Amino acid sequence: MAKTHVSTTINGEPVEFLCDPTQSLLDVLRDNLGLTGSKEGCGSGDCGACSVTLDNRLVCSCLILAPEAEGHSIRTIEGMAQGDQLHPLQQKFVELAALQCGICTPGFLVASKALLDRNPDPTETEIRYWLAGNLCRCTGYDKIIRAVMEVAADMREAAR
Amino acid sequence: MSNGSYKWIGTRPNRPDGADKVTGRARFGADFNMPGQLIGKVLRSPHAHARIRSIDTSAAAALPGVKAVVTAQDFPDQPNVVVPTGEMQVNLRDVTRNVMAREKALYEGHAVAAVAATTEAVARQALALIKVDYEVLPHVIDVEAAMKDDAPVLHDHLITEGVKPAPDKASNIAKRMDNVKGDVEAGFRQAEVVIERRYATQPVHQGYIEPHATLASAAEDGQVQIWSTTQGHFQVRGFCSRLLGVEASQIRVTPSEIGGGFGGKTVVYLEPVAMRLSQKTGKPVKMVMSREEVFRASGPAPGGTVAVKIGARRDGRIVAAECTVALQAGAFPGSPLGPACWTSFACYDIDNIKVVGFDVVSNRPKVAAYRAPGAPISAWAVESTLDILAQELGMDPIDLRLKNAAKKGTKTSYGPTFDTIGFVETLEAVKSSAHYRSPVKPGMARGVAAGFWFNVGADSSAAAHVAEDGTVTVISGNPDIGGSRASLALMAAEELGVDYDKVRPVIADTSSIGFNFVTGGSRVTFATGLAVVNSVKDMIRELKVRAAKTWKVDPEAVVWENGHARPAGSNVGEFEPLSLADLAASAGRTGGPINGHAQLNAQGAGPGFGVHVVDLAVDRDTGIVTIDRYTAAQDVGTAIHPSYVEGQLQGGVVQGVGWALNEEYIYNAKGKLDNPGFLDYRMPVASDLPMIETILVEVPNPHHPYGVRGVGEVPIVPPLAAVGNAVARATGVRMTDLPMSPPRLSAALDAATPRMAAE
Repeated sequence: MAKTHVSTTINGEPVEFLCDPTQSLLDVLRDNLGLTGSKEGCGSGDCGACSVTLDNRLVCSCLILAPEAEGHSIRTIEGMAQGDQLHPLQQKFVELAALQCGICTPGFLVASKALLDRNPDPTETEIRYWLAGNLCRCTGYDKIIRAVMEVAADMREAAR
Repeated sequence: MSNGSYKWIGTRPNRPDGADKVTGRARFGADFNMPGQLIGKVLRSPHAHARIRSIDTSAAAALPGVKAVVTAQDFPDQPNVVVPTGEMQVNLRDVTRNVMAREKALYEGHAVAAVAATTEAVARQALALIKVDYEVLPHVIDVEAAMKDDAPVLHDHLITEGVKPAPDKASNIAKRMDNVKGDVEAGFRQAEVVIERRYATQPVHQGYIEPHATLASAAEDGQVQIWSTTQGHFQVRGFCSRLLGVEASQIRVTPSEIGGGFGGKTVVYLEPVAMRLSQKTGKPVKMVMSREEVFRASGPAPGGTVAVKIGARRDGRIVAAECTVALQAGAFPGSPLGPACWTSFACYDIDNIKVVGFDVVSNRPKVAAYRAPGAPISAWAVESTLDILAQELGMDPIDLRLKNAAKKGTKTSYGPTFDTIGFVETLEAVKSSAHYRSPVKPGMARGVAAGFWFNVGADSSAAAHVAEDGTVTVISGNPDIGGSRASLALMAAEELGVDYDKVRPVIADTSSIGFNFVTGGSRVTFATGLAVVNSVKDMIRELKVRAAKTWKVDPEAVVWENGHARPAGSNVGEFEPLSLADLAASAGRTGGPINGHAQLNAQGAGPGFGVHVVDLAVDRDTGIVTIDRYTAAQDVGTAIHPSYVEGQLQGGVVQGVGWALNEEYIYNAKGKLDNPGFLDYRMPVASDLPMIETILVEVPNPHHPYGVRGVGEVPIVPPLAAVGNAVARATGVRMTDLPMSPPRLSAALDAATPRMAAE
């Protein structure tokens, strides 16, 4: 099968890759580009461990065909920290023990950032519904929800 | 209730692997790759039960890009011997058959062959070219059907253990277990109230988000390296060694970070297959399960039936208790029957107990451990029955439990007598909690239940090293599944009297540290923690020797305090204290590197008790249960890192809520699983739940220097009955079968109070 050439932007950098037309964006990120921070928990869009943003829209990268990334901007967990500074969500997840095994964590962080980018003042219920597409089997979600609420409050305070 | 004399224990520092895990840098099972690797894939049985007449792999082997095909013929047969693994016992004869079906395929999804190819696409094509000639046999899925005389028999050699005289023909009942204390018949004669019910639960999957994954590389000289996501890399080594006849020391297993396990990653599925494929091809072979494969072929927790009978006096004192537990083992014997039986009445001080258990095989994947294996099933039955008793007696459910609570000196039905335990303290903590004292909101109901787990000790090894600048590395061999690195570093820092961030915890591969039993049974912070503490003590002994050499005094004249060697008294002489950095800098002149080591079989794991309270509402039209408030209290021993202790409680609660309300395996008439994905196997999501409040009752374990008790298992035990008891009190309908999913619950409500046609 002839490979498809794709030009895209990943975490702000121009990236070109060759892929099979049937490959998912997740497989290309992980297998072709070595960005293994996005995880495959189900391959069917049910667990959210592969969450990335495509032109700032939150998507499951396992449900996107890699050629669909042509001309679009993708952000993954690898692009979340700036230099040696963790994003406030990353920092708070560590401080509040909002992860146990950590396999779902990249997806939760990408999804949480996508929420705060569009809604800096979400209620607990809004956070719970926004993150309902991300499965965590370890934490019971409590500390994850608290971390997102605290970061939202901190960021609002900083923006004043 | 923390001991104020600690500097580090009981604090909440950032975990050592935190930055790696929030940046995507941490490497989990599927994140390992090697140059030139092949991709391995497994062909799985489409039938629930079938004899394998023959397998023709020639067309698959001839496909360009296919480098090897293996079937059971590539694995030597194994003797009928039982070895311990994780929290369960396994039979090597069965393990090799579960890894690769031999005479028969025993469940849909059972591995029958595997290929290694240059790409995943080629590997998949090759699977389609393998021709298996099956003779499809009648199958049996459910435990009660499997126990019947005319049920299809899975194993012609399976004679029920534990029955005298031994049966003369094979059946699906692998084992009968009897567990008796006192005289139940005499006990029931004293009873003024007797409650008797029968309960059933469905199998549930551990639901770890990371599928099984491994990478094996066998070299021409016989040495093998394996990277694997596992709760026990020493078990992976042991199984691969025995199943493939390679000396253990030739196999080096490195554990990846592990994306959840909950008991389900204490066994092997892919590793021996990847290793065999690598041996045959001379190339590294990577294998990753799909989610569907995880559901169809990796061990869930069993489903089962439990019949309970409890007799009490009118004042609430229980005089006799009896239960019969039958658990699905899956395709091979070995459900967690012992723990299910032994935990059933372990919370209570009852003079007369009789427990009978049956381990039953059927055409389902072999069960694996899942958090407090077996205990939630019997607790669902016993704690529901106690709630009925409390209602019958008009007693507060906590008071009923307080009246019968096990305490120090209570002799259990399975043998041991409890040392210091905290069940009474935990019940009282709940009774005086803000949640329990608050009125139940209109439209809601409140449920209470308790739970017990033994906790485990077993084998651990650890080492401690001082680097040239005086910082410390502690090395152990248990994969960190939920923050154990932080707990180990806290204990090492406390023991040494240095700052937490001067201690770096490392998890070593099987060749770099002595044996460690699996991460499981809630043993790591207790047993491996003890090994780490002892390795640090050993290092401190050496540090004192070095200070003595420096000062030219006896080692007995040196004490270790706050990270420094000091003279034991003024009579020793006037010396400035020596820090770790001082002693490290002069190590070359005082005897070389400064290390400590420890190895042990930890005894005295303190059992844990949990008491949960839930407030919920039931929508009578849809059968949907909405949880409004949930509090979990537990006797946790000393909470080394309280955030991760709370996290264990919260996570266990939510898994238990899923077990109670939604999760189940749905088999069709052909014995095939109809819901092998997260869409149809519905685990709790964030919007299903409120915050989970926790109460840490710190009753230190007298058998650990810092009072550690295992924590992780207990919290999955009470939620099933806590939710069920609240549902019963909300609706007046007592659900006996799990899950209480919307269709089942609304059907039960309709049956109890038929709706008017006009509604």
